[in-house]
Amino acid sequence: MAQIFHRSTNFISRFSVFSALFLIGFAILAVLAAARSPYLTRQNITREQPVQFSHKHHVGDDGIDCRYCHTSVETSAVAGIPPTKTCMNCHSVLFNNVGYLEPVRESYRTDKSIEWVKIHRLADFVYFNHSIHVNKGVGCTTCHGQVDQMPLVFQANTLLMQWCLDCHRNPAPNLRPMDKVFAMDWQPGPHQEELGQQFVKERNLRTTAELTSCSTCHR
Amino acid sequence: MSAGQPPIDSPEIRRLTPVLGPGHTFRSVTDKISSIVLTRPTSFGWFVGFAIAFSLTGLMTIAIGWLFTKGVGIWGINIPIGWGFAIVNFVWWIGIGHAGTLISAILFLLNQKWRTSINRFAEAMTLFAVACAGIFPLIHTGRPWMAFYMFPYPSTMSLWPQFRSPLIWDVFAVSTYGTVSLLFWFVGLIPDLATLRDHAVTKPKQIIYGMLALGWRGSVRHWHRYQSAYLLLAGLATPLVLSVHTVVSFDFAIAIVPGWHTTIFPPYFVAGAIYSGFAMVLTIAIPLRKAYGLEDFITMRHLDNMAKVMLATGLIVAYGYFFEFFLSLYSGNKFDVYLVQQRLHGPYAPFYYALILCNILTPQLLWSYKLRHNVAFLFFMSIVVNIGMWLERFVIVVISLTRDFVPSAWGRYLPTFWDWATLIGTIGMFVMLLFLFVRVLPAISIAEMRELVAETSEDEK
Repeated sequence: MAQIFHRSTNFISRFSVFSALFLIGFAILAVLAAARSPYLTRQNITREQPVQFSHKHHVGDDGIDCRYCHTSVETSAVAGIPPTKTCMNCHSVLFNNVGYLEPVRESYRTDKSIEWVKIHRLADFVYFNHSIHVNKGVGCTTCHGQVDQMPLVFQANTLLMQWCLDCHRNPAPNLRPMDKVFAMDWQPGPHQEELGQQFVKERNLRTTAELTSCSTCHR
Repeated sequence: MSAGQPPIDSPEIRRLTPVLGPGHTFRSVTDKISSIVLTRPTSFGWFVGFAIAFSLTGLMTIAIGWLFTKGVGIWGINIPIGWGFAIVNFVWWIGIGHAGTLISAILFLLNQKWRTSINRFAEAMTLFAVACAGIFPLIHTGRPWMAFYMFPYPSTMSLWPQFRSPLIWDVFAVSTYGTVSLLFWFVGLIPDLATLRDHAVTKPKQIIYGMLALGWRGSVRHWHRYQSAYLLLAGLATPLVLSVHTVVSFDFAIAIVPGWHTTIFPPYFVAGAIYSGFAMVLTIAIPLRKAYGLEDFITMRHLDNMAKVMLATGLIVAYGYFFEFFLSLYSGNKFDVYLVQQRLHGPYAPFYYALILCNILTPQLLWSYKLRHNVAFLFFMSIVVNIGMWLERFVIVVISLTRDFVPSAWGRYLPTFWDWATLIGTIGMFVMLLFLFVRVLPAISIAEMRELVAETSEDEK
């Protein structure tokens, strides 16, 4: 009886079995890697804004405090996007006829908001409150990065749930002295470990169980 | 055993009620089984049966498609009855699978010769039943596309599944069960696939069976490895017969709902699973041997043994019912006592009485030797037990959930058209897969039947 398969079939079938295993493993790793990649998290990606607004210039060069524009960050869930009037406080005088600020002046004239592009977008099912973080001593740059060095703002962190939980499980390393919350250049000092633990106690932070309970963030 | 009697498995007894009809040789066994797949023309009856099963599978696809479009609201479930048909059917199907594993693994380790001609299709039955069972929890989640959340993989949420939940244990139990059953079935098929390859005359068949046979040449080395692998898989599958339905019973027993929270659940669920499984094996074996003239291979001895297993497991189940009932009353816990009252006099009492009739009373007829040797009666009996075991799960799920602790949380459950369509649809899918299986793979293990020929001819010397 003639052979059904050529001799090479032995090699081909073994090779395909092992490569199939390899490919499946590779595909799983690829999916896991993609979920963490900037392509899906939008980390480190700058986006075009209607006005070429530079945080680097306003915060870094001019030294304007975060709260000058983001007024409700200490009292509300949202930090707040400033109205055009806030811009015009200065720009009615400074650079009051340069071309690239025309959208700002137009917004002021027509009373229509500038449509800023949102960079830090959390999923709709996440309840996030700025005020509680700021009031317990989590600084702006901990999540937003050093915006004083960003000509165009980008998302400095992944905003993945695991990133949230890293801090909720162990907040101490990210707690600052209260006067450093809005500082752009704060770095944890050599005694951060004890200091952080002390802040946890002083500021009555909730237990890890409460901070990581589902309904703390998903209400 | 008294000294005067021959041992149960002695040649004398075996000749009396053979596991293989007389006069068979290696060739006749091989030809008879492989001809079903290779040479016999597909009968008209096969096409009719397949068409019906295929339409029912279509119904299932429509039901599931509609479910995905509209959500679980198309079913009769609502708070407080969140489980309904989906879980009833899941437990029913997964239980049915157990007989296949028992026959192929435990009876193999116990060296029971009567397992040989029924193990192949019983294992296929297991696989198809697990496939049907697997559908239900998946579609019951409401968002099946998120089902991967139930597997422990390194997620970007840095969360693991809730390992303390029996529903997660279910995922592991059922997926392990499915995998081991598939491997066991496939490894057992390899020598037969090689036989089919060698007997096939057309090129495509030779190639397909050849690929599946993985280069089997029947050398001593092949057989040596094959037998170690098969023994190992049998060893792996054996604990699964007990563990899978134990874990399924934990879905209920871990909860504090009256009627569920009892320690007797695991053993009586396992017995019930084997009970319904053997009923299903009979339901399949009887038409199969009739349609393909396999009475020599699936003899009255097989049917008789299976009926006896049904009788035995049925009695264990009856014991379970009795103690469930007794302990509820004996505990004095008012919720448990109330549940017993609800079973006997509540709105779903007819289901409970039907369950007792199907699972406990009618099967007592199997004590009769005459009835055990009446094929039509056995077929009828197997259907009755299948229905009974389905009713058991219905009673457990529905009565307990409709009568929770607080009267304000009481409710009613009425399955809708889509509930029924999904149940009947999965039955259709199960039958369709069996039809395909019988047509393209040897329904009885050729290699093991040849061994049996050798062994029985030795007995006759």
